[in-house]
Amino acid sequence: MPVIDLATTPLRELNKALHNIQRGSNDLTYEVANPRGSHAVAVGIDGPVSVDVNGSVGYYCAGMNDGGTITVHGSAGPGVAQNMMSGTVVIEGDASQYAGATGRGGLLVIKGNAASRCGISMKGIDIVVHGNIGHMSAFMGQSGHLVVLGDAGDALGDSLYEAKLFVRGTVKSLGADCIEKEMRPEHLQKLAELLEKAGVKDVRPEEFTRYGSARKLYNFNIDNADAY
Amino acid sequence: MCGIVGLFLKDSRLEPQLGQLLSDMLITMTDRGPDSAGIAIYGPATEGKAKVTIQSAKPDIDFADLERDLAEAGLPARVALKSTHAVIAIAAARLADVRSILAAIRPDVRIMGSGDSVEIYKEVGLPKDVVARFAVRSMSGSHGIGHTRMATESAVTTLGAHPFSTGSDQCLVHNGSLSNHNNLRRELIREGMTFETQNDSEVAAAYLTAEMAKGKDLGQALTSALDDLDGFFTFVVGTKSGFGVVRDPIACKPAVMAETDRYVAFGSEYRALVNLPGIESARVWEPEPATVYFWDHQKAA
Repeated sequence: MPVIDLATTPLRELNKALHNIQRGSNDLTYEVANPRGSHAVAVGIDGPVSVDVNGSVGYYCAGMNDGGTITVHGSAGPGVAQNMMSGTVVIEGDASQYAGATGRGGLLVIKGNAASRCGISMKGIDIVVHGNIGHMSAFMGQSGHLVVLGDAGDALGDSLYEAKLFVRGTVKSLGADCIEKEMRPEHLQKLAELLEKAGVKDVRPEEFTRYGSARKLYNFNIDNADAY
Repeated sequence: MCGIVGLFLKDSRLEPQLGQLLSDMLITMTDRGPDSAGIAIYGPATEGKAKVTIQSAKPDIDFADLERDLAEAGLPARVALKSTHAVIAIAAARLADVRSILAAIRPDVRIMGSGDSVEIYKEVGLPKDVVARFAVRSMSGSHGIGHTRMATESAVTTLGAHPFSTGSDQCLVHNGSLSNHNNLRRELIREGMTFETQNDSEVAAAYLTAEMAKGKDLGQALTSALDDLDGFFTFVVGTKSGFGVVRDPIACKPAVMAETDRYVAFGSEYRALVNLPGIESARVWEPEPATVYFWDHQKAA
């Protein structure tokens, strides 16, 4: 198992190594030591490689991940797993703002709290946050699921499209066009599946409230001018 | 984009290392803003004495015989030279006279800051060069703040660099941009404040000075700033014994804090904090939007 020490190896060499893994290779597990807040750690992975990052990372860790499994044993800076296509990203600590932004697929698990704009413009990614999320989360979310075991900040789901939001705790305020919705059997089933995938135990899907789009702001309507 | 750092020591045994720790934190933030850099250090105060940090574009001329000329102008002083800056030590009671006397005998000299303990050094250039030029690493103190600038709102000049000091032992660094600074500057001028630049961050500093002059403490002044300042900001602010942090309600500008039994630290990014002693076991968190954080040596004591 290759161990790449960022105290001695340039970041580009790490990312190049992760991009150049040949098909059929057996060395699919990497360990990264001493990230010390580095930016862009393990971005652009496009195969089934597994990366364990031992420490906290800076901006844009695991961005554009397509099929990799990246675990950060620490906290992550802004934009973690931004635009993920597929695969899994796990943050053992907290995540800064816009975690999982614009993600199109895959699973992002944040075991601590996520800051503002978590899942902004999400387009198919599933995000499970064990703690709380900050303001403006899931802003303009188009599809995918945002599951929050703790509380949500102000303006949750502002200008939401079809992303589905599940919050177990309190929501400080809902954004424009975001409303509480009925939890139907298919939602409970999906939620149970996501909780299991994210390794959440002792929490039942029934404890959550579902939020979604009221679908009033999809198209411009002059009567809604105040809501924009 | 800018990079800001701050360090407030709780354990006085770390004080000799303040300049060293803060220098490393600031240099790590170089790629957030390479235009200019500045640092404010709250060093040991001497009873009955005050310090004034001044800067000159022509230090060879302006600082020559400055001690003698100040004495002749009726202001006994000790002048310590540091590159383009000098620190003038005077009797605390004479602090109010310094500005007018300097304006008469050295009209081109600019005052960076003054007070019982603060010294402020700032120049155009990279943090590593600014830190070396002023021998910041050798400085000791109880707390300090630093800034590395990528200018957006006003010119890249020494005076446009941060920290901004608009009151005795007060200073501020800012990452962001204010949108109502022109209006606020006009109001503050009406209240008697003076300004050296067109910079938006100087307005924020002057605003806090004016609020504290009305009797508010640092925490209360920062709370009113949330109502009265419009725009993007993460501020780190120092007073003689205090250290404060506040972010605007949108909180786009990054911020990370760390606290141990020995210190409270602020960085635009976690990278800035990784060399601090005991960071592995520190409580590390992102300051909440529209929430005032402040620490005070006097209030803790």
